[in-house]
Amino acid sequence: MAISQMVGASIKRREDPRLVTGTGSYVDDIPQTAVVHMHVIRSSEAHARILGIETGRAKEADGVIAILTGKDLKPEFGAPLPVTVCFVPDKKYPNHYPIAIDKVHYVGEPVAIVLATSRAAAEDAGERIEVKYQSLPAVLDIEKAIEKGAPILHEELGSNLSYDVKFAAGDMDAALKEADVTIKQRLIQQRLIPIAIEPRGVLADFKTFSNKLTVWSSTQIPHFVKVWLAVILGIPESNVRVVAPEVGGGFGSKIRVYPEEILTALASRRLGRPVKWIEDRNENVKATHHGRDQIWDVEIAAKKDGTVLGIRPTQWLNLGGYCSQFGTFQVLGMLVAQGAYKMKAFDGRAVGVFTNTTPTDAYRGAGRPEATYLIERVMDLVARETGIDPVEVRRKNFVRVEDQPFTTLLGLTYDSGDYTTTLNKALEMVDYKALRREQAEKRKQGKYLGIGLSTYIEICGLGPAAATQAAVGVSLWGMSVVNVHFTGKATVIIGSSPHGQGHETTYAQVASDVLGIPVEDIDVQHGDTAIGPMGMDTYGSRSTALDGNAVHVSATKVQEKARKIAAHLLEAAEGDVVYENGKAFVKGTPSKAVTIQEIAVAAFQTSRLPKGMEGGLEATTFFDPTNFVWPFGAHICVVEIDAETGATRILRYVAVDDCGTRINPMVVDGQLHGGIAQGIGQALFEEAVYDEAGQLRTGSLVDYLVPTASDLPSFELAATITPSPVNPLGTKGIGEAGTIASTPAVMNAIVDALEPFGVKDVSMPATPQKVWALMHRNGGTKR
Amino acid sequence: MIPAAFDYVVPRTLPEAVAELVKHGQEAKVLAGGHSLIPLMKLRLSTPSFLVDIGRIGNLSYIREEDGHVAIGALTSHHDIEFSELLKNKLPLLTSAASQIGDPQVRNRGTIGGAAAHADPFGDFPACLLALDAEFKAVGPRGERSIAARDFFVDTFTSSLEPNEILREIRIPTPPPGSRGTYLKFSRRSQDWAIVAVAAQVRVTGHEVTQVAVGLTGMGSHPIRASGVEQALRGKAGHDDELRGAAERATDGTDPPQDLNGSPDYRRHLARVLTRRALEQVTAHH
Ligand SMILES: Cc1cc2nc3c(=O)[nH]c(=O)nc-3n(C[C@H](O)[C@H](O)[C@H](O)COP(=O)(O)OP(=O)(O)OC[C@H]3O[C@@H](n4cnc5c(N)ncnc54)[C@H](O)[C@@H]3O)c2cc1C
Repeated sequence: MAISQMVGASIKRREDPRLVTGTGSYVDDIPQTAVVHMHVIRSSEAHARILGIETGRAKEADGVIAILTGKDLKPEFGAPLPVTVCFVPDKKYPNHYPIAIDKVHYVGEPVAIVLATSRAAAEDAGERIEVKYQSLPAVLDIEKAIEKGAPILHEELGSNLSYDVKFAAGDMDAALKEADVTIKQRLIQQRLIPIAIEPRGVLADFKTFSNKLTVWSSTQIPHFVKVWLAVILGIPESNVRVVAPEVGGGFGSKIRVYPEEILTALASRRLGRPVKWIEDRNENVKATHHGRDQIWDVEIAAKKDGTVLGIRPTQWLNLGGYCSQFGTFQVLGMLVAQGAYKMKAFDGRAVGVFTNTTPTDAYRGAGRPEATYLIERVMDLVARETGIDPVEVRRKNFVRVEDQPFTTLLGLTYDSGDYTTTLNKALEMVDYKALRREQAEKRKQGKYLGIGLSTYIEICGLGPAAATQAAVGVSLWGMSVVNVHFTGKATVIIGSSPHGQGHETTYAQVASDVLGIPVEDIDVQHGDTAIGPMGMDTYGSRSTALDGNAVHVSATKVQEKARKIAAHLLEAAEGDVVYENGKAFVKGTPSKAVTIQEIAVAAFQTSRLPKGMEGGLEATTFFDPTNFVWPFGAHICVVEIDAETGATRILRYVAVDDCGTRINPMVVDGQLHGGIAQGIGQALFEEAVYDEAGQLRTGSLVDYLVPTASDLPSFELAATITPSPVNPLGTKGIGEAGTIASTPAVMNAIVDALEPFGVKDVSMPATPQKVWALMHRNGGTKR
Repeated sequence: MIPAAFDYVVPRTLPEAVAELVKHGQEAKVLAGGHSLIPLMKLRLSTPSFLVDIGRIGNLSYIREEDGHVAIGALTSHHDIEFSELLKNKLPLLTSAASQIGDPQVRNRGTIGGAAAHADPFGDFPACLLALDAEFKAVGPRGERSIAARDFFVDTFTSSLEPNEILREIRIPTPPPGSRGTYLKFSRRSQDWAIVAVAAQVRVTGHEVTQVAVGLTGMGSHPIRASGVEQALRGKAGHDDELRGAAERATDGTDPPQDLNGSPDYRRHLARVLTRRALEQVTAHH
């Protein structure tokens, strides 16, 4: 590679000026004339049969153009909503149509759509629609749903059980026999609501005579939405264009093909006018999928010196009312629950269950936060039981540098990683020994300091095509086009679909280094299926490991072609010409160079091209790495608990993360800040709560508590850099690491603070009331 | 989340505004800062067909001292209260409460009159105004009347204002020198509504507690005066054990609600802890 200048530079994000000045264009800002507004009538019942939908009075309301129900639309669905393999090929699941046809399975499920001249008119008319339901008993709880006699959501499946599968290797019974210490613990992953700042939104424009459909959607996956719109609507894929304009956050919640994308498109086809639907927050909290909602039961076998011999985890996953497109992706948690540690046995079981709740699907981390919470709590449980410091327990069990590339019991191979070094660095930053002394002092004064560690690893960069084809059901490549224009400026088209990650900046940095074109002269385009070949979009911290590297490869191909053209222009042998910093010259004579601008002009003039060479200076790449990437790090959280109120205050938060090469360290830090905040959100604040009837009690941001800047400490961040050997840039993902790592760090700190009260586990979120109750459950007496 | 259709007027004077309210009867609602009413309308939990926006009536936003009282215009924003020099000196209880309401946007738009009229049991100003023995001046079709704080907060979202009355001014007796106040609010996030909060105004003269007023937020369907605490402390020297003992009575006569953030028991516990802390704070260094 040429001398790296831009890779590693914390230049400012080019996306930000338009975003912070409100001049970015989100779905709701797309100008369209004659737009019809869609309002979705949603089920008010968690479980019911639809006896009838009375729309007569609503149809007469001002501004109403049409009202359509599931029965009206059913004949137009060429296929149900997609469900992907996601680690569980043999699961049972029902057909899921974008709108309920004769039964509803969760509060918020679409039952009718109102199409009107304005959203206000549509909502007014919506109040006049009467849906007659025959209420059925609802089941909300994972364990109750699979009890005998539980109300069954989908009769055709015979029960609420979707799957019950094993992921095991090694002899767990032998491990238990060998163990000095065995521990059983239940760990609960509460249900979370993703809460992107911009809720979803769709504008669909079907052109009647050309039979062409354009859809603007606030989505993470425009390319996949295009495919599924074509399949479900029965339109040739070549006639469908999907655009993801500015997307105000996703966190996994915009990773699936959603009912409203289909419904707006169908409505537009019927009416011959563009149809727009903008999700409001009221809908967002129940119509956009939720995350987590799992129970993990674990049995641990360990020796008294802290060695973990094996674990036996069971993951009970609440799928919600249907199996969402990537609903079983969360089973990934089971596959990576071994974490950064060696052990002899792993005996995992994953169970998926339907309940009358909003479907669950990927939420920042998707499986890895659950895995990390499990294994990092396991390390602390072992530490508590053996009386060994949690740092030492981790050291004892760590996969060491010399073990890399390490293969887990379940057969996944880590690309690289030095877990001891990140841990040591984090310990040094917090001054761990001094902290432990301070903790002991404070306890004497009735003050409760807690120190929590999380030495996480994660799998991301989805991923090698063959592996993802087998596991998830789709071959996931990175895609890029690099095109140098006549004037020597470049356009980069990527297959990832950023919604906050800063690809426009960082990928320009990557191309700039290879081509020697100034970063300002490189435009990065994305999120429009009309501009490039199939992209695999953005989720699973995959983009930079895949598409970022695809940019590098395409730019390298372009550089190679430029070098050949330069050799021709310099009348030199190809092998003698080198390309550096945007110039090509004969080795040793840099003064007689041709610039990329001169080469670009030549590339479009046949007379100046080498004989037989095609014109243009462009390359396309479908990049397929040799493995997943495995970022890692050590996070340490220090909390103080107010013994009188149970309130937790985070005093310090230290994070040392290794995501390989950092293209733009400031962007990496930004991802970490947001990620850590979200992980702290799960630990301290967030929980979706249903009442017994299946109504969401946390249906607004007054009750569903997302942390804000003033609720968080200043994060102290540092890095180690272990380049990934599986891609040319050496990058690993960082979009989810903060969320994956932080939740257990905070919870381990809280449990540590409560050690004098004999508390071994605290369920999330650690609300003041809950913590207070734990401290006072024995009348406030200490152990 | 679009409100039901409504009509809207912007009167320039109080009498005009009252006339509009009279004309439209039960259908009409006063709009001040809109930070309680508009969210309810967006959820269609409130569907007035007529809004009387009092926001542009002159001379309703002020803080001044007159005849032994501090007078605050109904349209005074939470922000202006938070940063008032006069209040910082004379009524720090109010500035401290104002600084803990919502976030800066809410404080810029919300008004003390709206906060009082809305009578939210979790609102921060009501308990303060109750503890400070405020007086509410309301203008209606039959002219102006004055309502004492203890009669003003009736129930959840219910004040004793008539639908055609407009709150014009809140008057608070200027506390005597040496009287100190503070508002301690306990919530899960910085901008949240209180789970429980305590407003305390105390004066220690020499070695005697000569004034003690404690108001509680979040302990019932309306703000409550912790009269048990007040009785226990009045006339005492204000020693630590006395403060502690008095604070134990913070829950006398309360019926705290149950919600996702707190059980009645937890709220009672918080009320006692926060009351003790508030009392310690306002009596420190005596
Ligand atoms: C995100 C958010 C967070 C908040 N957090 C808090 C908090 O932590 N603590 C807190 O105390 N409050 C909080 N609030 C509420 C805020 O303080 C409101 O501004 C206040 O409660 C109402 O004042 P307003 O001027 O906005 O009244 P409006 O919303 O305009 O009116 C509220 C009600 O009072 C009536 N009304 C208003 N003015 C008068 C008048 N002069 N005479 C007669 N009737 C009148 C209206 O008709 C209406 O019924 C929050 C609000 C929001 C949106």
